[in-house]
Amino acid sequence: MSGYSAEHGAYLRRLRRRRQGVALCRGLVLLLFFGLWELGARLAWFDPFILSSPSRVLGTLGRLWGEGRLLMHVGVTLYETVMGFLIGTGLGIFLAVVLWWLPFLNRVLDPYLVVLNALPKIALGPVLIVWIGAGVGSIIVMAVLVSLVVTTVTVLSGFTAATEEKQFLMRTLGATKGQTFLKVVLPAGVPHMMSALKISVGMSWVGVIVGEYLVSKSGLGYLIVYGGQVFKLDLVMASVVLLCLLAALMYGAVALLEGRVRGK
Amino acid sequence: MGKALLNVDHVYLRYHTPQGETEALRDLCFRVEKGAFVAVVGPSGCGKTTVLSLIMGLNAPSAGEVTFPQGPCPMGYMLQRDNLLEWRTVEKNALLGLEVQHRLTDQSRKKTVALLKKYGLGDFLHSLPGELSGGMRQKAALIRTLALEPELLLLDEPFSALDYQTRLTLADEVLSIIKAEGKTALLVTHDIGEAVSMADRVLVFSDRPARLKREIPIDFPADLSALGRRETPAFQAYFGRIWKELRA
Repeated sequence: MSGYSAEHGAYLRRLRRRRQGVALCRGLVLLLFFGLWELGARLAWFDPFILSSPSRVLGTLGRLWGEGRLLMHVGVTLYETVMGFLIGTGLGIFLAVVLWWLPFLNRVLDPYLVVLNALPKIALGPVLIVWIGAGVGSIIVMAVLVSLVVTTVTVLSGFTAATEEKQFLMRTLGATKGQTFLKVVLPAGVPHMMSALKISVGMSWVGVIVGEYLVSKSGLGYLIVYGGQVFKLDLVMASVVLLCLLAALMYGAVALLEGRVRGK
Repeated sequence: MGKALLNVDHVYLRYHTPQGETEALRDLCFRVEKGAFVAVVGPSGCGKTTVLSLIMGLNAPSAGEVTFPQGPCPMGYMLQRDNLLEWRTVEKNALLGLEVQHRLTDQSRKKTVALLKKYGLGDFLHSLPGELSGGMRQKAALIRTLALEPELLLLDEPFSALDYQTRLTLADEVLSIIKAEGKTALLVTHDIGEAVSMADRVLVFSDRPARLKREIPIDFPADLSALGRRETPAFQAYFGRIWKELRA
């Protein structure tokens, strides 16, 4: 650990202290948020019936756990989201590849893609219910719809990160179109693909929760709607807190994947 | 001079864009003999690069033909920018062409690595291109081209993206590499000094549409390097002559 000057040592310590400071403050923000929330409820700064409180949230979660329903609701929502995410990004990347491969098709479909990207996919909810039925299927399709177009658009724009000149280079080396794609266009597009995945994770959650609002009999989105209808704000808040946790976890998993791909 | 390796025979080429058509080449004729180093100079935008695409077979002429009298000739293309892939190591970049052509064997890999080592990139085999200087990157790009064992090298302004000093030393090195490997070369450049210091024949092209204006043989002792040539009085004389031809 030696081999550097005292000045460099001081610099490293300063860096470490800065990092620890950031981590500490992050923790404090969280603590302060929940602390004030709890305190406000106890001291009746606001009506805990409307805003709930951390202890009531915990109590609700405990009760759901006790009834054995917590894991079921979480499981349903998680399943729908993961499926929506996987299908949405898989299909989205596949479409992007096809559109890169066939510039003619790309130009034909371009305005439609723009419209689809701008369209609030939620507007299609009632149509989905009629077509697919009120169930898990509709919810997953909703999540796919929400994440699909944005993935295609982002990944496709990533493919243009490989310059014309690099593609010309491949031609001078005698590469086929497939080889140019695999060796130059795809690797050049990886950073864009990763950011597409990150966007897509968030989008899948949006799609699933909206889907559950519309049709479901279980899941966190269902709990939120149900809680709102019967004025059990504790249930709503508990579900939202759970959602925060799950979304953060899934985002973390994608970020981890990105780190591995980059590190390779 | 040996027999013609490449024959450009009354070639015409027109480009078509929605805005109109452009005549790039008009009745262009020249040949390149085996083992020769031919340089093409001309005003910028005159269609010099187009000639290389034609020879490479990536474009078809509107009329006339490009022939190889001694049968098909393996060619290598070197671009102005190195276009090394940032996510591949120097070694893997150099092997790209072999990979693409499914010619990557233990033997061809060893040969390429030996080339990298021979020309001063031995310490950087496993570095990423980002860690190399501009001159070294361009040298790696040359070896990527040489790895395919081309007979004819097409050099498309390979030094113009470099700073002046690097340009001079790299031109010197590249010339000696090409001579040492016994390759034939066709260099396209707008730099008269570069052409005179490397080539044994300079083709002066006219403004667009490009025609062959003049063919000037360059005569220096065979063992004189590119930098050595620049120090002779004859260099200045050739330079002046080509300069006049271009302006005429």
